[in-house]
Amino acid sequence: MTRFLARRLLNYIVLLGLASFLTFCLTSLTFEPLDSLLERNPRPPQVVIDAKAAELDLDKPIPVRYANWASGAIRGNFGTTVTGQPVSDELWRRIGVSLRLVLIGSVVGTVVGVVVGAWGAIRQYRMSDRVITVMSLLILSTPTFVVANLLILGALEVNSALGIQLFEYTGETSPDAVGGAWAQLVDRLQHLVLPTFTLALASIAGFSRYQRNAMLDVLGQDFIRTARAKGLTRRRALFKHGLRTALIPMATLFAYGVSALVTGAVFTEKIFGWHGMGEWVVQGVASQDTNIIAAITVFSGATILLAGLLSDVIYAVLDPRVRVR
Amino acid sequence: MSEQPNETVAEYQFVSRRTLVLRRFLRNRTAVVALLVLAVLLVGCYALPPFLPHSYSDLNYEALQQPPTPNHWFGTNALGQDLLAQTLRGMQKSLLIGICVAFISTTIAATVGAIAGYFGGWRDRTLMWIVDLLLVVPSFILIAIVTPRTQQSGTILWLILLLAAFSWMISSRMVRGMTMSLREREFVVAARYMGVSHWRIIVRHIVPNVASILIIDTALNVGVAILAETGLSFLGFGVQPPDVSLGTLIADGTRSVTTFPWVFLFPAGVLVLIVLCANLVGDGLRDALDPSARPAPSRTRKARS
Amino acid sequence: MSLLDVVDLTVDFPLDAPTGTERVAAVRRLNYHVKAGEVVALVGESGAGKSAGAMAVIGLLPEYAEVTGSVRLHGEELLGLSDGQMSRIRGNRIGTVFQDPMSALTPVYTVGDQIAEAIQIHRREVSKRAARARAIELLELVGIAQPERRSRAFPHELSGGERQRVVIAIAIANDPDLLICDEPTTALDVTVQAQILDVLRTARDVTGAGVLIITHDLGVVAEFADRALVMYAGRAVETAPVADLYRSREMPYTAGLLGSVPRLDARQGARLVPIPGAPPSLVALPPGCPFAPRCPLSVDACHTVEPDLKSVSPDHQVACIRSDQVAGRSAAEIYGASAALKSGAGAAAEGTVVLRVSDLVKTYSLTKGVVLRRRIGEVRAVDGVSFELQQGRTLGIVGESGSGKSTTLHQILDLTAPQGGTIEVLGTDVAELDRRTRKALRGDLQVVFQDPVASLDPRLPVFDVLAEPLRANGFDKRTTDERVGELLTLVGLRREDAGRYPADFSGGQKQRIGIARALALQPKILALDEPVSALDVSIQAGIINLLLDLQERFGLAYLFVSHDLSVVKHLAHRVAVMHNGTIVEQGDSEQVFADPRHEYTRTLLSAVPRPLTDHD
Repeated sequence: MTRFLARRLLNYIVLLGLASFLTFCLTSLTFEPLDSLLERNPRPPQVVIDAKAAELDLDKPIPVRYANWASGAIRGNFGTTVTGQPVSDELWRRIGVSLRLVLIGSVVGTVVGVVVGAWGAIRQYRMSDRVITVMSLLILSTPTFVVANLLILGALEVNSALGIQLFEYTGETSPDAVGGAWAQLVDRLQHLVLPTFTLALASIAGFSRYQRNAMLDVLGQDFIRTARAKGLTRRRALFKHGLRTALIPMATLFAYGVSALVTGAVFTEKIFGWHGMGEWVVQGVASQDTNIIAAITVFSGATILLAGLLSDVIYAVLDPRVRVR
Repeated sequence: MSEQPNETVAEYQFVSRRTLVLRRFLRNRTAVVALLVLAVLLVGCYALPPFLPHSYSDLNYEALQQPPTPNHWFGTNALGQDLLAQTLRGMQKSLLIGICVAFISTTIAATVGAIAGYFGGWRDRTLMWIVDLLLVVPSFILIAIVTPRTQQSGTILWLILLLAAFSWMISSRMVRGMTMSLREREFVVAARYMGVSHWRIIVRHIVPNVASILIIDTALNVGVAILAETGLSFLGFGVQPPDVSLGTLIADGTRSVTTFPWVFLFPAGVLVLIVLCANLVGDGLRDALDPSARPAPSRTRKARS
Repeated sequence: MSLLDVVDLTVDFPLDAPTGTERVAAVRRLNYHVKAGEVVALVGESGAGKSAGAMAVIGLLPEYAEVTGSVRLHGEELLGLSDGQMSRIRGNRIGTVFQDPMSALTPVYTVGDQIAEAIQIHRREVSKRAARARAIELLELVGIAQPERRSRAFPHELSGGERQRVVIAIAIANDPDLLICDEPTTALDVTVQAQILDVLRTARDVTGAGVLIITHDLGVVAEFADRALVMYAGRAVETAPVADLYRSREMPYTAGLLGSVPRLDARQGARLVPIPGAPPSLVALPPGCPFAPRCPLSVDACHTVEPDLKSVSPDHQVACIRSDQVAGRSAAEIYGASAALKSGAGAAAEGTVVLRVSDLVKTYSLTKGVVLRRRIGEVRAVDGVSFELQQGRTLGIVGESGSGKSTTLHQILDLTAPQGGTIEVLGTDVAELDRRTRKALRGDLQVVFQDPVASLDPRLPVFDVLAEPLRANGFDKRTTDERVGELLTLVGLRREDAGRYPADFSGGQKQRIGIARALALQPKILALDEPVSALDVSIQAGIINLLLDLQERFGLAYLFVSHDLSVVKHLAHRVAVMHNGTIVEQGDSEQVFADPRHEYTRTLLSAVPRPLTDHD
């Protein structure tokens, strides 16, 4: 068993190394990190430019640069950004921001989505099911950046109608927040509501569809018929036996969904002004910063690995058939 | 001893599966409407611009940031460009990219999935390892880096190819799974034992039986691809100016969404409409092709004793 | 007044078709009753409407089914009750046992919990602990060893037979008045079948319930039921106490049914009496008796009015106007078939050896878990098997599921060197084959599979299905066309059928197409993997006769794998009994069946439920 896990882990590290190497090569070949210097007016002296180039190892061949980077990365040192800040500090800070943003939205979205999907399956073809289906499709067809903007528009209306700034839509906290812990918490919540709702909506829509399909598959199974023959009403049989069984494949979705959001909530972070990983990606590409991109690559690869493990664990909890005795 | 001819009830109609599927699809009114809307949009965005008074790049200095007027049906943006013409132009790009990416990615998924699922062994392991690699590589970053640099020549070919290259992985897993179960079905086993070559089996037996899944997948991938492209363009990485896509339009509109919302609302609304229709069609196809689908319950059912 | 009274029950299913919505009349004005303590069997072949006729009682038909008529339990009307009201009766006063035990239990709850749930639904006042204790008692009653420990097991840890026992435990948990069993033993191995029938007997004795059992197996009916109802095309065509039904049946269909059942005491080569034709389509039934098109005794009056059930003796009713022509005559007489042995079938001529297997071994490594796959050991599916097959003879390999018989067959068909031992086909060791010689040898060794539906590609018309082996082996178009026509007539189909799709044909006809395809390359050896197991018994008889005729005509050697001993008896010259990967007994079939030496063979033979014999 451990041999199996070890082999899987090794395979993953190889994949991760290869992916980071490819990305590193690509960025090294295409980025011009000296642009920001070169475009300054007046142009800095050549000495300064050369010093910067040496600092960034631009004269060495790519594999050497990668090796330097990798040896530092293994020890947790991801180098510095083009502007000279250490990448690791920024990395951990931004991971925290993204996690705070994403976690509540994912969990709420999953739970609500599962319940909605189950409800839709039970009332298949009735009006409530059709409404749920169309609404889910509508939400899924609307990109995050559109949803976010629409929510902001709506929040503005509410705010002006109520006369107070109930919904905040810029940043994680107000810059001028004062007061005790309670006031600070309320302030954070005010900033949290809209972005969480944006993320949760997409989760709800996605999960409700998958859960509905999974339950419809389960509906035709024999054990539902046995449950009904025992004396459970159709609804109770579906909720007690069907839902629990159809929940199993959701484990994978949930795990990979969360991991994707941690690095991928790009639009939400950008529009609501949260300085998380997603925003950092865009910033890294725009500022042509190799180290940032490399660090993000490693991080996102690691989250996919963790997601796989998480999904295995949840699977084992939900499905007795895969439990190792 | 042998069964006589009268056993084959000649008067029973020849069941054509295609007709059955078509009937079931047509019964789903939402999906049919969505298909028609999509067709109208596709034809319209190419056919309409020549008839419009303004082209998408015309600048009308007298009408800056105007709400919808009889002259400019969608209004104008900050540069004085007609939003209707811009939206249509953006639709052209987005629809083209979406459809091309969907087709290419489904083709790759079908090929890879069928080969991996049918042959197993080293081919399966290699292909699935490549799938794993592509899933680990941050596709967003790669496309964001590459596409702006390849758009100098004015072609979106690289954007299409890269988007397609990173969207076939999950579908191929699905095709592989189906192929693996088809491989054990008795008619495939029988064909192997009859000496039919592997390639013939794949082409004549496997592919037609996964075709329905592939069709659904293509329809749904159109929506996914368009959303991916608009997302990239929104951030400035996809379609580059002066080219126009729905994503760039929405990005422009976002800057002034709180003050002049229609610059944002029109392209966003069109985008949602297109993707929604694509998803409805895909859903309708899935319901129509589902072998366990049954007629919707009739309303008089309860009035039985 | 009986426990259960069903009057004029009619069930319609609206279905999709290219021309619009069609109505399938699954059950048409069915009448039957069940008294307390008696066992009534609904017998019939597929499409007869027996399942629908019983599922309507508990209201578990699909939502779109349309049900009319009257179903009374203790005088109380059941049709038209809401789901909530029916739920109070289901599992409480009516217990149900379904066909497939492998998927009948929810995979995520323990077995004990699922039984306890059945109790707690209807008796809220029972505590959880008390319900669990009762569940353990019930597990013991149905014969599960170590009930305390097993009650904490999950369904996937139990075998098929054990799962069916649990289903029975759930059905009797609340001491029901009526027990409905829908093909309870069909999906089980023969030895397990016998055990489950015992459990059902115990269940009936303990609860004093009336039992309604649905089955197509006439042997099960003879051993278990008191009274039987023969169904055809959605109606009862004959009802009688079981002994009367077998000894003095008066409906031509019943006679044909009994005549087509293979028997353990038959001689090799004995033909059966199939019923010609196929069951009618329930969409557009012709007027008159639905059996008339296939009936050898039909007259004009049969085609105009459908006969009602009329009593020919107390408790024995028949729906036929020609019943006087049936009484006292054997099925062979009525159907004009000769059940006598054809010449040469019993001759002990020794042909050349076409297949020789020595010490064949095949092991599989076991992986556990869906997500975390790991090897936990290996399974010896085939563990040293040796036998010989001669030209023009049949070797029957019998065994239950997991015995390794199908694996053996597939190892031979692969035509590659096995993991252990040797395989010689037509004198050539398969280990010495290269691609070209293997392809050539394939022409001489062909296969017929069990499931006629799955063995034909649904997207190809019959012509292409039959032409595929020919085209793959280089025959030109003209030869292919001719040969396809020949093959169709050979198996009793028409040349015109070549343009139609497999979905248009009945199960028996599909299997004939499968046999025709196997004969396309004129093989010397035909491997048959349970070729008749998925067919109705009257159709099965036709296929058995066809196989016997083809063997005589072409001198084919058959390697016949089956779990059905009676079928093997009719076909096999020699028999090999497999158990856990080895052959426990091998020899001439007459000898092995009459005087089994091995313990397992004896168990197997005694477990086969036997129908009472028809007239001869």
